[in-house]
Amino acid sequence: MIELNDITYGYDGTALLSGISLSLSPGSFHFLTGPSGAGKTTLLRLCYLDLTPSRGSITVFGVPAARLGRNDVAKLRRRVGVVHQDCGFLDHMSVRENIAMPLATSGLDPAQHAAEIDELLAWVGLTDRAEARPAELSGGERQRAALARALILSPDVVLADEPTGNVDWEMSLRLLTLLVELNRMGKAVLIATHDMNLIRAAKSQVQARVLRLRRGQLDMAGADL
Amino acid sequence: MFREIMQTLAGDAQADRIVPPSGFTARLTAFTAAAMAFLAVFALALSLATHRLAERWSTSLAQSSTIRISAPLDQREAQTRAVLALLQTTPGVASSRALDPAEQRALLEPWFGPDLPVETLPIPQLVEVVETTEGYDAQGLRLRLAAEAPGAILDDHARWRRPLVRAAGRLHVLGLGALALILCAMAAMITLAAMSALAANRDVMRVLRLIGARDTFIARAFVRRFTIRAAGGALFGTLAGMLAIWALPSVEQAGGFLTGLGFTGAGWLAPLLVPPVAGLTAFWATRLAALRALRSIS
Repeated sequence: MIELNDITYGYDGTALLSGISLSLSPGSFHFLTGPSGAGKTTLLRLCYLDLTPSRGSITVFGVPAARLGRNDVAKLRRRVGVVHQDCGFLDHMSVRENIAMPLATSGLDPAQHAAEIDELLAWVGLTDRAEARPAELSGGERQRAALARALILSPDVVLADEPTGNVDWEMSLRLLTLLVELNRMGKAVLIATHDMNLIRAAKSQVQARVLRLRRGQLDMAGADL
Repeated sequence: MFREIMQTLAGDAQADRIVPPSGFTARLTAFTAAAMAFLAVFALALSLATHRLAERWSTSLAQSSTIRISAPLDQREAQTRAVLALLQTTPGVASSRALDPAEQRALLEPWFGPDLPVETLPIPQLVEVVETTEGYDAQGLRLRLAAEAPGAILDDHARWRRPLVRAAGRLHVLGLGALALILCAMAAMITLAAMSALAANRDVMRVLRLIGARDTFIARAFVRRFTIRAAGGALFGTLAGMLAIWALPSVEQAGGFLTGLGFTGAGWLAPLLVPPVAGLTAFWATRLAALRALRSIS
């Protein structure tokens, strides 16, 4: 679904990522780990075409990214659900409206998909917070709302950038369970995290591959995880 | 493009919601459009009024002329009769008549006051000549006057009519220029307000791009907001301007030149073009600014 082939990305002559190859196939589950500043977010941004590599190629759903125009990129992003580290909400809109926004941007009428929105709100446990503004939510609630928004268009791939960064352990496990459930539905999941406990907890639930970013290179992590 | 404009105006409840409410920018845009539309109405009124004035001066003065008879008192009546007889046989002259002492007194009254004894003063006798649409041969008439009434001088108003008409014509162009400048200033101000709003909402645009919104979807929401604000403000300014023009004293009441500033008949419809033009200006200015801002977001 998403393939990165020998990617190099950098700026001002310094390569942040070098020779990265990665394939996210249907039903795959990956953790991306590494120290802060290693380039985890950068790698995720390359996956959803928010950044253009200085070398190498990216193929998304069989189409080389270099051939895509702005409208094509917009269309492909509807098939990639992203949970951003900062959640990226429209603060003047309610949680429900934020979750429904991808429907509107895709030309669908949110009113006709009210049942799906309610279902998602219930799935992430935010039914009673549907009319709240994002600023009124706790860290965990924001992450769950972001996950619901990422899933409203039923994407094929889910990318999550530090989804448990601002939440307690109990909430981290709850979010992990939600992502594992998605994976069982056949969706490819890539989670960028530096939380080793979360990765260990996941191993009992799902067959996950753990990738480690170190000095701009991507390694398969060893059995120590 | 017409379809794009109609789609933008028709609106989309969801798209409308994506632009955060921005009280100050909204008020600034509406106020700017209203103020500019108010000024545009005056510039338009000035332009139309001067155009009418130039035409009126040109037509009325072009079809009338004066013969001044400066003969000694004992010859004045004879020369006046000779001039009138000559004019009756001059092709291109529709009518002619000698002004009576009361009319001449009325002409001099603003300078010398009432009860001026014009009969005893060496004031020239004036003969008013009204031309046909074809007009007369001024050079030929001058030669005949010189032969038959040596004290008669033809003044066909050309000497002072020309600069007046030229001045009115220039005022007309000035009015149109002012109108164009006002519209350009309005476009610039709306563009600045739009760019400021777009810069403030860069994060919103970025989030929308990341969840799969096309540029046109995002741009349309901003364009619609600014077009409606600008057109609404301009409508208010235009109506206020029209009301102010309507409230100006009429020509009959004051008799001055500036009181001719205004609209007549179907001319009152002309200012109603200002709000759509403001809306169209805002549409293009915001659209270009929004698409330029979006190009910097992946």
